[in-house]
Order: sequence, then structure tokens, then C-alpha cells
Amino acid sequence: MIASILASAARLVSGASVFYLDEPPDEAQRVYFANHTSHLDFVVLWSALPENVRPLVRPVAGRDYWEKSALRRYLAQKVFHAILIDRSRHTEDGESTLSIAAARRTIDRLAIDMGERDSIIVFPEGTRGSGQQIAPFKSGLYHLCREKPGLELVPVYLDNMNRILPKGELLPVPMLSRVVFGRPMRLEEGETKPAFLERARAAVRELGEL
Amino acid sequence: MTGFSDPALSRLVAGVLVLLVVATAVGLVLARRARTEPARATVANLNARIRAWWVMVVVFAIAVWTGGIGSIVLFALMSLLALREFVTLAPTRREDHRTLLWSFFVVLPLQYYLIAIRWYGLFAIMIPVYAFVLVAVSNVIAGRTDRFLERTATVHWGLMVCVYCVSHAPALLILEIPGFRTNARLLVFLVLVVQISDVLQYVFGKLFGKRPVAPVISPNKTWEGFLGGALAASLVGAAIWWATPFRPGVAFGMSVAITLAGFAGGLVMSAIKRDRGVKDYGVLIAGHGGMLDRIDSLCFAAPVFFHLTRYFFTP
Repeated sequence: MIASILASAARLVSGASVFYLDEPPDEAQRVYFANHTSHLDFVVLWSALPENVRPLVRPVAGRDYWEKSALRRYLAQKVFHAILIDRSRHTEDGESTLSIAAARRTIDRLAIDMGERDSIIVFPEGTRGSGQQIAPFKSGLYHLCREKPGLELVPVYLDNMNRILPKGELLPVPMLSRVVFGRPMRLEEGETKPAFLERARAAVRELGEL
Repeated sequence: MTGFSDPALSRLVAGVLVLLVVATAVGLVLARRARTEPARATVANLNARIRAWWVMVVVFAIAVWTGGIGSIVLFALMSLLALREFVTLAPTRREDHRTLLWSFFVVLPLQYYLIAIRWYGLFAIMIPVYAFVLVAVSNVIAGRTDRFLERTATVHWGLMVCVYCVSHAPALLILEIPGFRTNARLLVFLVLVVQISDVLQYVFGKLFGKRPVAPVISPNKTWEGFLGGALAASLVGAAIWWATPFRPGVAFGMSVAITLAGFAGGLVMSAIKRDRGVKDYGVLIAGHGGMLDRIDSLCFAAPVFFHLTRYFFTP
């Protein structure tokens, strides 16, 4: 209920027109991955899904951010049933503090939380960008595909979100945006991690050039 | 004063509804007779437009019938939708965010509020003077200088075209014309002539159009369509002189001014679209494009008609 109100509000503010290159998504288990430039991204992407699919689609979000306040916790847990994960934090000299073992545990947890039914929304850049270009993808997408063979990934391009609500701003300017769903892809037999991540990133970028 | 008690207003609306019924019937017949693929596409687009007209006419009629406030709110919403389409295409950047917030959430509502409280003096200068300065200063404070003039001028233009110009349509309601108290009819007159002119130019263009007026800017606008449509629309305007404070000849002259300004508005907004590389401003209204595509003629016609009426008919 609250979720659909928020979704309608986000749709209204972002004036999003939705395009599906393929058939509109059905209830099959999928990973929707998109470029990330704004706090609106998840809600707008979610609202762009067909209504019957939405309850099965959960966002994957950083625990550090979404557990900071009671409101955020409530939204993450009760409204959107988010899967919260520990993001790697960077120390002052830029080293990632999350060990490989911890990262592996995160992916394992993610795979368990998804079960056989739930779809997820991820932003593989790891953080919000400026909207100029799409940052290299974190490797979680690849490891998840290894964990769940045959998993379908749907690239999604979110256009103009960073102008509607850029990083660091509180109020959105109600401009128009676009949500473009691409054709599903999957990890190919023997595909290397860098090749796969680059292919996934290119898939999102190409949708933006349509 | 609400429109319910005004028989002339009811007659105008009834006339438009009859027109729509006829148009819908013609659309149905054409849909049956269309044989070739391009003909079918044209007729399908035509029928989508007619369906959208039903919605627009009903919404507008309800707004007018509520008296002043409904019309003011309706045009404020139209301004909002037009401005969002305009700004979406504009080369604004992150640094312009605050400027845009001001434009959307302060300048735009204030302009319509000034109509509601009938403060003509400030209504006429708020955007050209105060918003003009505010936008430039706000962009300076944001501190980014690349393409400064382009970014700032674009917001100025957006406010002028989508808010200032459009707001002159409901501002007709606060003109004080001696011996004429039902100003809602002036608003209906303006909108009717502008939109009938658009429709008739489209019809004449499709039927007789040969020589394009400005092929680079808008290949669909032809001399035949423009002259035929504008003349026919002006005759329609003259024919409904009884709803206005004008004599038939004056109503005709006013209609000519409205259609000329409207045509100019359509061309200018097309040029902006060409510059930004899009065909329509949006997808809001099926068959018509966005809000700005539908009201591009009104943008220029409203202030011209407002000031002609104000100059010649108010003390």
C-alpha cells in the first residue's frame, strides 16, 4: 500500500515514460540492473515494472545507508523488503576493507535471500554517479551468476534521474525521464569476469543511446 | 461568478461538443475507408487526436464552469507540464538545480496567485523583472560559468514561454471591461480560436498543402494550410462575436491577430524542437505529443490577445 503510493509519487515527479525492448517483464526470477545517479532510481525502476511483478522484486541496497535512521529502516524492511548488504568501505588510502571472504559471504546471503522466486534490483556501480558516464561494475553481479547458474539479467537504463534529483539535493525538480528495459542476458559458458562485467555495462549504456 | 448562469457560455460549449460529435463520426467513416498503410496511419493519428480533444474539451469546460479559480488552477497545471517538458530538453546542469526549484515552486505558483488576487501590476512585471534577475543571480551563486548564458537564457525562456505567456490566458478573467462582466467568455473565445485555427490549418494543410512556409523548421506547415486555416478560424471567431465585447468586424480582427500570433508561436516552438533534435516535447496527450506541442500557439496568442483587449477595451 505505502509502496504503491510511493511508486505513484515517484512516477508523477519523474514523469517517467517506460519502454520495453522485449516483452514486459513477467514473474520469472530475474536480476534488474541499472545505472545509478539518484535516490529516485530504485523507486522509479520498481514503479515501471508491471503491477503483478512488483511484489516479487526487491531492491539490494547498502546496509550502512539504510540502517541509519528509523524511517530508512522502516522503508527498507517493511515497505520494500530490501535485501541489505555490507558494502565495501574505503579507508583513507583507498584500500577496500571488505575481505574477499566477506564479499563471498555477501553473495551467498544474497543468493539465499532471493530463494527461487524473488527478483532483485541492483545498481552494480555500487554508488550514485554524476550521470555523465556509467562507472565500472562491481563484481557481485558476476559472482551471483556463478552462484545461480542460468539466472537471467535484465539491463535497465534510467535517463535524466540525476537532473531530477541529483546527489546532495533534497527536493526534486519535476522534469521528465525515461526507463528503458533491455533484453535479458545471462553469463555465457566460460565467460571471464571482466568480459562479462563489461558486456553488462555496455548493455546498459547502449539502452541510453537509443 | 460561475459559468453555470451564463447562457452564452453554455451555447459555446454546446457548439464545440456538436463539432466533436461530427469530427468523431467523420473519423469513424475515414477509418473504414482507409485502404493504404500510410492512410491508415494518418487516420489512426487523427482519431487519437479527436479522442484527446474530447478529454481536453471536457476538462476545460469544467474548469471554466467553476468560474475563476478552476481556470487559474488548470492553466497553472498546464504551465507546470509545459515547463517540465521545456526544461527536460534544456541544457541545464546539476548546478542549476536550485534555480529550477525556484522556477517551478516559487515563480510559477506566484504568477498564478497574482491573477487570483487580481494584482495586475505585479503580474505584468514579476517574471520579466524579478524572476529575470533571480534566475541569473541564482545561477551565479551556483558558481559554474561554462555555457552560463545558454543555461540562464534557457530558464528565462522557459519561464517566459511556459509561465508568463500562458498565464495571460486566465488573466483575461481580471480585465475590467465596461459593460462586460462575463470574462470567462473571453477565455473561451481565445482558446477556441487558437485551437480551431490549429485544427483547420492541419485540415487545410492535409487537403491542399503544397508550398511549405519554412521547410527546414516545420515541413508540415504549408502556405495553403496556414492561410486557409487562419482565415476559416477568423471567420469562426467573427461568427461568435455575440459572446464577446466585440462587434463582428472587431471579433474578426482579433481572431486574425490570434491566429497570426498562434502560427508564429507554433513555428518558434518547432524551431526549438529542431534545435534539440526531437519531434515532440512529450508523450502526454495521445496523437498530439506533449503539453507544449498542444499549446505552442496559445503561448504567443494569449499575451497578444490580452494586451490588444486591454489596450482597446479597458479604460
